[in-house]
Amino acid sequence: MRFLFRTSHAKDFELFQHGGQVFWYGLLAAALLAAPLFLDPFYLGELSQVFIYAIAGVGLMLLVGYTGMVSLGHAAFLAIGAYAHARFMTYGVPFVPSMIGASLFTGVIACIVGLPVLRMTGVYLAVATLALAEIVEQILTHWESATGGFRGMRVPEPELFGLLLDAPTPFYFICLFVLTLCMFGALNVLRTPTGRSLVAVRDSETSAVSMGISLVRAKTTAFTLSGMFAGLAGALFAHRIGHLAPDAFTLLTSIQLLLMVVVGGLGSMHGVIFGAIFIGLLPQAIALGRDVVPQGIGALPGLEPAIFGAILIAFLIFEPDGIYGRWVKIRRYFEEFPLYRKDTFKRQRRFLHTERLR
Amino acid sequence: MDATQFLQVLVTGVSQGCVYGLIALGFVLIYKATEAVNFAQGDLMMIGMFVAFTLLNVLGMPYWLGLLCTCAVMGLVGSLLERSLIRPMVGEPTFAVLMLTVGLGFVLRAFAGGVWGADPKAIQNPFSGKVLEYGGIIVGYENLAVIFGTAFLCLGLAIYFRFTKLGISMQAASQNQLAAVLVGISVNRVTSIAWALSAGIAGFAGVLLAPVSLIDPQVGFIGIKAFAAAIIGGLGSLPGAVIAGLAIGVIEQTAQLTLPTSLANSSAYLLMLLMLILRPGGLFTSIQRKKV
Repeated sequence: MRFLFRTSHAKDFELFQHGGQVFWYGLLAAALLAAPLFLDPFYLGELSQVFIYAIAGVGLMLLVGYTGMVSLGHAAFLAIGAYAHARFMTYGVPFVPSMIGASLFTGVIACIVGLPVLRMTGVYLAVATLALAEIVEQILTHWESATGGFRGMRVPEPELFGLLLDAPTPFYFICLFVLTLCMFGALNVLRTPTGRSLVAVRDSETSAVSMGISLVRAKTTAFTLSGMFAGLAGALFAHRIGHLAPDAFTLLTSIQLLLMVVVGGLGSMHGVIFGAIFIGLLPQAIALGRDVVPQGIGALPGLEPAIFGAILIAFLIFEPDGIYGRWVKIRRYFEEFPLYRKDTFKRQRRFLHTERLR
Repeated sequence: MDATQFLQVLVTGVSQGCVYGLIALGFVLIYKATEAVNFAQGDLMMIGMFVAFTLLNVLGMPYWLGLLCTCAVMGLVGSLLERSLIRPMVGEPTFAVLMLTVGLGFVLRAFAGGVWGADPKAIQNPFSGKVLEYGGIIVGYENLAVIFGTAFLCLGLAIYFRFTKLGISMQAASQNQLAAVLVGISVNRVTSIAWALSAGIAGFAGVLLAPVSLIDPQVGFIGIKAFAAAIIGGLGSLPGAVIAGLAIGVIEQTAQLTLPTSLANSSAYLLMLLMLILRPGGLFTSIQRKKV
């Protein structure tokens, strides 16, 4: 067991709490940087996909995990980012400014949409975002001059300093770089007063307001940031799929994103990565599983969404803390080995109490 | 648009709106009783349709017996779902239950696709094929059945929540679980009954709806629009759900005729967003704003 001896306030919110973390994250970074040397291009592509999911997941985690607002329509922001990026690129804007522009554009949209929507809480917010996603899908399908309608639109090849970045390896590095940037950005936001106020809003709106936090401001900040991250992920996603069409951004995509943060573990940035790995590799696992199970089951329509749904249910019932929560428990068990108490992580249940009149 | 055309649109809209209202009633029931939001309500209705199809077309039951049996089977399904999935979630935040039902919807859809196949089916019923014609306006008997069925259910539920002991204890359980337990209400039992009732209503809606729309696993998506109706009506208000359902039905039909497709298709959601912005509690609000 490691005891952290803190001698100053600054130590309390350092990014790396102790040397062990520096060592392990360094090792991970080295492995990821060296990955193109020993990985097949196909797996590099899959890893890039995982990184893209993780970038969107960082934004969604800020919203769902840290501010406690559920979005059932995050695919809409992914779509806005992707289409905006593709549009900017066709107008001849270079790769990097276009990506930043797409992200900012999505953030602005999220902010505009968020202002009225954020006066709602809980269920209402979830449904409002769902409605938003449906509306965006309609716009994508019917605004033919801007989005190409059903036929979709082609995404121009990314280019940086005159180099074509379409090959798996450069694209992998771009995704890795953006993810690292986003991760640091999000972690730093969480260490600032803004980030702390988000967590306060999640834990209790009443006490957050009593502490002088503006609810509207905190929520709008979280929503805008979340939209910006989703837009950035969308821009990269556009290059990953190469051809944009409305059917790439459906309700299932939103559910996948939500599944990612729930399965990974709400309220931790580790959870985003775990969840992204899970979501990114699950379709591959299902594809492999299809060959093993009898013909009838493998060919079922809607099998993939059903498996996603079943896993979501299982995690919500058995392990609401997600993969990261399970990992924390296992680590604790070994740290305290003979003395581990079974009830250390017992879930607190509370009675439901609402403000309803009738 | 002349008067006859307008009336025709109105009638079609009302019968379409009743469909939304019927499903919305199921939402409201569960919400009123347990404060949980059941996103799988539309998919429960879809399962109800398939159960009715099996009972009527495969086993050859008479229509009215089939209707009763469908409701009974769905009630059983509802209480089974509650027992296996919802009870472990007691005391968890509401959005966890919400996400769980979203997942449940996907599972039910694949289940129906696996058991009954993905190609659309139809049910024969005593009303099908007959139409009522009055002054140039044409209404199918099956649409009338939907309208009357909704009115009947709405009345029944209103009486249930107002006058029966179980109905009142359901409201108590949803408003304050601890207090409900203290006055001797078995919250678990109440929740279980609420789910059974709600699934039974979904079965009823399914049977009424089956002649109007074809049966296939994707039909449950209509539930999202029904959910919009429940929100516009103010979650937790039975008359609100039905009135909002009717409003959405009529507005959608009118929009199909007068507005571009994209606007018409999303008119229900736009209406809901507008409602949430202008009057977040819905038409018949039952939620008090938290005072801080």
